[in-house]
Amino acid sequence: MKIESRGLDFFYGTAQALHGVTLGVKTREIFALIGPSGCGKSTFLRCINRMNDTLDGTSVRGMLTLDDADIYAPNVDVVKLRRRVGMVFQKPNPFPKSIFDNVAYGLRLGMKLPRTELEGRVERALRGAALWDEAKDRLSASAMMLSGGQQQRLCIARAIAVEPEVLLMDEPTSALDPIATARLEELMQSLRAAYTIVIVTHNLQQAARVSDTTAFFLHGRVVEVAPTDTLFTRPRVKETEEYITGRFG
Amino acid sequence: MTLRERIGFTTLAAATGALVLLVFALLTYIVSGGASVLSWEFLSQSPRAGMTEGGIFPALLGTFLLTILTAVSSVPVGIAAAIYLVEYAREGTFIRLVRLSIRNLSGVPSVVYGLFGVGLFVHALDLGISILASGLTLGLLTLPTTITASEEALKAVPRSYRDGALALGATRWEAIQTNVLPAAAPGILTGVILGLSRAAGETAPILFTGVAFSLPKLPTGLGDQFMALPYHLYILSTQHHDIVRVRPIAFATATVLIGLVAVLNLTATYLRARARSRMHA
Ligand SMILES: Nc1ncnc2c1ncn2[C@@H]1O[C@H](COP(=O)(O)OP(=O)(O)O)[C@@H](O)[C@H]1O
Ligand SMILES: [Mg+2]
Repeated sequence: MKIESRGLDFFYGTAQALHGVTLGVKTREIFALIGPSGCGKSTFLRCINRMNDTLDGTSVRGMLTLDDADIYAPNVDVVKLRRRVGMVFQKPNPFPKSIFDNVAYGLRLGMKLPRTELEGRVERALRGAALWDEAKDRLSASAMMLSGGQQQRLCIARAIAVEPEVLLMDEPTSALDPIATARLEELMQSLRAAYTIVIVTHNLQQAARVSDTTAFFLHGRVVEVAPTDTLFTRPRVKETEEYITGRFG
Repeated sequence: MTLRERIGFTTLAAATGALVLLVFALLTYIVSGGASVLSWEFLSQSPRAGMTEGGIFPALLGTFLLTILTAVSSVPVGIAAAIYLVEYAREGTFIRLVRLSIRNLSGVPSVVYGLFGVGLFVHALDLGISILASGLTLGLLTLPTTITASEEALKAVPRSYRDGALALGATRWEAIQTNVLPAAAPGILTGVILGLSRAAGETAPILFTGVAFSLPKLPTGLGDQFMALPYHLYILSTQHHDIVRVRPIAFATATVLIGLVAVLNLTATYLRARARSRMHA
């Protein structure tokens, strides 16, 4: 297992948001987290790269591992962890810098690459995020000028530029129109060759289309984890069936 | 539009118009009063013949140097304090108290800063009556403005800039340096300039700490006394032995001081407008 969660509890102050989450993500699969709003999908995702650490008063209990190493062990360097586990946010969040500087952002942290190598890696990342053709003639233009879909692909380029092993995506298409969404889903298919992807989605069709395994969350608990086609065609648990057939949520 | 609305709007428009007119009248009065002596020589020469002739160069230079000292002594500390308060400090009683004190300090009358400056810089730190003591005193005076403006600018930076950087493996400080500060810089700069322009026009804080009525020489070191525009204006308009004769010089000095402050404020407005349009581009 690339990522394994066993009995993971999470607290915002005293409010418990995750209750004994247990699931495993295999290397180079696309793993979807579905469930109604507020059920803890984002919270779980943000445990994997320890983004929850940035919030005061949060605490974790239980086991969460990346390549069998405890993510929350005291000797873990969070900066290194986040270089291995990239994240794409719900709302595209380009920095107010040029397209080039956005993609190069992570590459410039803590190291000084020669200009040609930097350029090569920026190009590779933009190609990987299917943005190169649209961006190559205006690398020095502000990233704010891009459309929403392009901005989200830029954020993916920025994340893959540092060559992580895992990509976390929190409802990456919820702010995009259907065409941009389709392009992004296509892109995810090409990314699965190189990355393990964990995606939160509100859109059940999307989970069914893109993912290999799906976990259904409800009230901070994992109700059911199964290969995606099994979960959507033959759910074992009544709540899962009710959710995927639209009877609640 | 209902009648009541119309009456309301008309009243507001009239009040605004009256205010603009008043400011305009005031400016015309001052500028026309000093027009006869305003010239390049007025800016570049020293006063002569008991201030009845010549220009205001020493006062202009003094205010310029003083403003630089003010900036050097308050801007780095102010920005650092704001970064600490916004990015690192955990909300709590102590931090709330600190913040409350800073807000209250910006309401303290400038003469109090002047007296404090005498006690601390002139005597306790033994800097003497000097441009350094005055610069530090004005630095203290602008510190609350600088901190508050920088805090606001930092808070206005979207959380996603910080989170985005952290998620790429930036340390907190790297995220601040490379992503937060650049985005906040125009706002910080605007606040700094407004604070400095207020300081440049102050008299009370420099009165006891370093400014001189008249000096035969220009200041050459941090321990020297200096002349400054606001104090020079005060002398010319109330303390001079021949007030009527120097009146045009006083008006011209006021014009220069207003012009200086106006240029600083316009710069601040321009920076703010540019930053705003860039944010939304
Ligand atoms: N920063 C936070 N502070 C306190 N509670 C939070 C915070 N973020 C989320 N929560 C709570 O945790 C629960 C799970 O939220 P979240 O993980 O965002 O759900 P989802 O992504 O599935 O919609 C919700 O009840 C939410 O109100
Ligand atoms: Mg969410």
